[in-house]
Amino acid sequence: MLTVLLLLWPVAAALLLHFFKGRAARVPALGAALVEFALAAYAALTFNANHSGQFSYNLNWIPSAGIQFAVGMDGLSLLLVLLTAVLVPVILLSAFRRNFENESVFYALVLFMQTGLIGVFTAQDAFLFYFMWEVALIPIYFLAGVWGGVNRARVTFKFFLYTIIGSLFMLAGFVYLYFQTGPSADGLSAHNSALTSFYALNLPAETQMWVFWLIFAAFAVKMPIFPFHTWQPDTYTEAPAPATMLLSGIMLKMGIYGCMRWLLPVVPMGVDYWQNLVLILAIIGIIYGAIIAIRQQDVKRLIAYSSLSHVGLMIAGVFSLTQMGLQGASIQMLAHGVNVVGMFFIADAIERRTGTRNIADLGGLTRKAPVLTVCFLVLLLGTVALPLTNGFVGEFLLLAGVYQYNAWMGAVAGVTIILGAVYLLRMFQRVMLGPDSSFTESFTDLTGAELALLVPLIVLVFWIGLFPNTFLHLSEGSVLNILNEVVKR
Amino acid sequence: MNSIILLSVLGLGNLFLGFRRSNRLLLPVAMLILGLVLTVNFIDWNQGPQSFFHGMLVVDNFSVAFTGIVVLTALVLVPFSQKYVLDGEANLAEYYSLLLFSLVGAIMLVSYNHLIMLFLGIEILSVAMYVLAGSDKRNLRSNEAALKYFLMGSFFTGFLLFGMALVYGATGTLELEDIRFAVQNPVNESLTPMLYIGMLLMLIGIAFKVSAAPFHFWTPDVYEGTPTFFTAFMSTVVKTAGFAAFLKLLVQAFPAASAQGIWLPTLTAMCVLTLLIGNVGAVTQTSIKRMLAYSSVSHAGYLLIALVAFNGELEGASANGILFYSLAYSVATVAAFGVVKLVADARQREDYNGLNGLAKTNPLLAFSLLVSMLSLAGIPLTGGFFGKFFIFSAAVEKGYIGLVVFAVVMSMVSIYYYLRPIIAMYMREPDATTEEAVPVTKFQAGALLLLALLTVLLGVVPGLVAGVL
Repeated sequence: MLTVLLLLWPVAAALLLHFFKGRAARVPALGAALVEFALAAYAALTFNANHSGQFSYNLNWIPSAGIQFAVGMDGLSLLLVLLTAVLVPVILLSAFRRNFENESVFYALVLFMQTGLIGVFTAQDAFLFYFMWEVALIPIYFLAGVWGGVNRARVTFKFFLYTIIGSLFMLAGFVYLYFQTGPSADGLSAHNSALTSFYALNLPAETQMWVFWLIFAAFAVKMPIFPFHTWQPDTYTEAPAPATMLLSGIMLKMGIYGCMRWLLPVVPMGVDYWQNLVLILAIIGIIYGAIIAIRQQDVKRLIAYSSLSHVGLMIAGVFSLTQMGLQGASIQMLAHGVNVVGMFFIADAIERRTGTRNIADLGGLTRKAPVLTVCFLVLLLGTVALPLTNGFVGEFLLLAGVYQYNAWMGAVAGVTIILGAVYLLRMFQRVMLGPDSSFTESFTDLTGAELALLVPLIVLVFWIGLFPNTFLHLSEGSVLNILNEVVKR
Repeated sequence: MNSIILLSVLGLGNLFLGFRRSNRLLLPVAMLILGLVLTVNFIDWNQGPQSFFHGMLVVDNFSVAFTGIVVLTALVLVPFSQKYVLDGEANLAEYYSLLLFSLVGAIMLVSYNHLIMLFLGIEILSVAMYVLAGSDKRNLRSNEAALKYFLMGSFFTGFLLFGMALVYGATGTLELEDIRFAVQNPVNESLTPMLYIGMLLMLIGIAFKVSAAPFHFWTPDVYEGTPTFFTAFMSTVVKTAGFAAFLKLLVQAFPAASAQGIWLPTLTAMCVLTLLIGNVGAVTQTSIKRMLAYSSVSHAGYLLIALVAFNGELEGASANGILFYSLAYSVATVAAFGVVKLVADARQREDYNGLNGLAKTNPLLAFSLLVSMLSLAGIPLTGGFFGKFFIFSAAVEKGYIGLVVFAVVMSMVSIYYYLRPIIAMYMREPDATTEEAVPVTKFQAGALLLLALLTVLLGVVPGLVAGVL
């Protein structure tokens, strides 16, 4: 029931926001997001890590087709629900820094999207999962398309087409699997689409090999994995900062979560067959993203490509099919979400003050803004995966997982840490150190509100870095369950 | 049956309002009549089949459900006739009465049990539409549309009638049940070719009415010329009733394996062609009305998939798929044409750029068109998604995987042209010609809100309608 509340509250709040106009919508929007956070925190506190599938709720959604509105959380779902609940208030707060047209609609869409995201992370029925997958897409399309930069119409159109075509393939895969299942529990329908029935399918290996691509298409576009990534840098750059944060901080995790929940255990033999190829693509993505990031002049684009590179490592970890790899991906999803949102916020803060995102135009911010420098440095080192920060735990586990699968691949993937340090520290050096430029002369330090927004993120950087067990402990059971399903056949 | 009587009597009564020149009363009275008919119609729900006129009409759940859709469509559509009322046009009452009478035809189409009733239904529906297509008397395009529709329509009615004659010649009956029996147990083998030619001619006649390719070529021109209000009626009520009639004919008269061997490949080919022409045709249009015309062709293609996934009864996946799809499609299409009409009336233009910045000037209209476009494109959260979902899964269940893959690819194409109005409304700034808000009456705003709500409701709680048959 708690899960249902988590799902309904943001959408109800989004509808209520229509009674507020303009700036007056800010406080209620933030309040709603904080209530959601409180609910998620309550779920985390009462969660029993030794059991799987808690806070479950089942409703016969389309009885004639055996489709259930089935939601519930295990450790992995809970982690991502927590991530969403933490990041959405932060993202809303960051939006307050700017003046938008129709602010109330903007915040309503963010909250509406939160429902979709939480739905994706908690759905226990294939069609509900698909439904929520699209519910999360529609608001972000409008957030990026209506409030974005000059080329928004073209760029978001490409984004929308890519993702929806990918997800239609996934739907086709689900429909195929659906017709392989047995009758629903109540006997009203000849088939059902419950997650457990999909896990119980025993399809021949040849079938799994092509069903794998149908389902993987949606995740590959969303994460994105090389070569399905071409929508990403443009969209991240054109979208307004809060939408970019939603895309990179949370939405990207939908793809990785999807692989773990809806791909590995459903078509294990297909995964086994394509494992090598996906790992190679992921590693190409790591290197490719990093090399392009080194050459970027635009701060936002640089972070976008760095995100591509980091996601590559998470995919590689998931597809290594080792406990370390999957655990690493789980914790790295949190760490990456926190870091990338913080980085985009700082990029946005700099752009708002100087009017430029071009690295060549910036410099010497350290002297003018010591607080911003410290915050930036912490987040940056987290992204670079310095020990004691959140990035280290995740990347270490991921690399260990990939290494277990294949030592050479582990070695090549390890380059990500070195290259990451190269482009991030280079950016830091050019933007924060060095001589002043005409753009940075009147630069001011972070305001109290901005700092208040960054503090929770920085706390999380160290929390995950120093006490990773708080979170690893939660996801361990789910990861073992997933791996059990995979090796069972 | 009650609805037929009510509509005929009250439609006549409505004409008397015209004598009294009570033009202001026309719209509320028409809505009242339709609301009454809608309520009365559902009295027959779950009452079992009742036959009338010596078994020529049969009222069962199938006909009640489809009658519900066509009457509901008409009910939410009439508020958009407002402009005619304001014009002070002299013979207004006739239009409303024609509309009500044409609904009688549509209801006969969904409840016939005898080929004569099928013919009568199609004619009652069509003759009214011929007149209404030309109702904008001073507009040349409207005249052209009416003439074109009338000539083509009569021609294809000829096909239908000729087909019936041949079927009668081969089987000696016009009763659906008896035809089925005669097809399964042919008395004289030499008459079989005549029977099947008759059957195919009838299929062509109905395919024309639902604008399935290759008998769709009249659609874009007629839709464009006809006053938008009646275009909306044509593309929803006529199509819904047409497909219900189509399914009834196949299920009740020609379910025999030998007959299926002939009509199934024919319909499959038509389906592929319709999907291709409808979707590819819509991509290149610059006028929204023409885009919607091609989109209406493409939706005939999706509905044909449900016919191809035939299961030999008026319930189950195929019939339920058509029911859900028709409802979702009608609701979305009425909203789309409604908004296009209001914008076109105010701004005198029907191209995409005429919608620029509509989200700023008329948030309600923009939102309503947004929901309807998403529904037509089949994006989740809207009824259109589940419509496609049910039809596609019915076809997959029957093993038509290739056809479904093709349909899915075509619906990816459709996302392109359905997003164009959305981009114009939400992502472009208003220009000089589109700065002013479009006037909307209370009835229209209410109808648009209701339609948007209904679309979302169908998209979130599809269980309300799915599987009722």
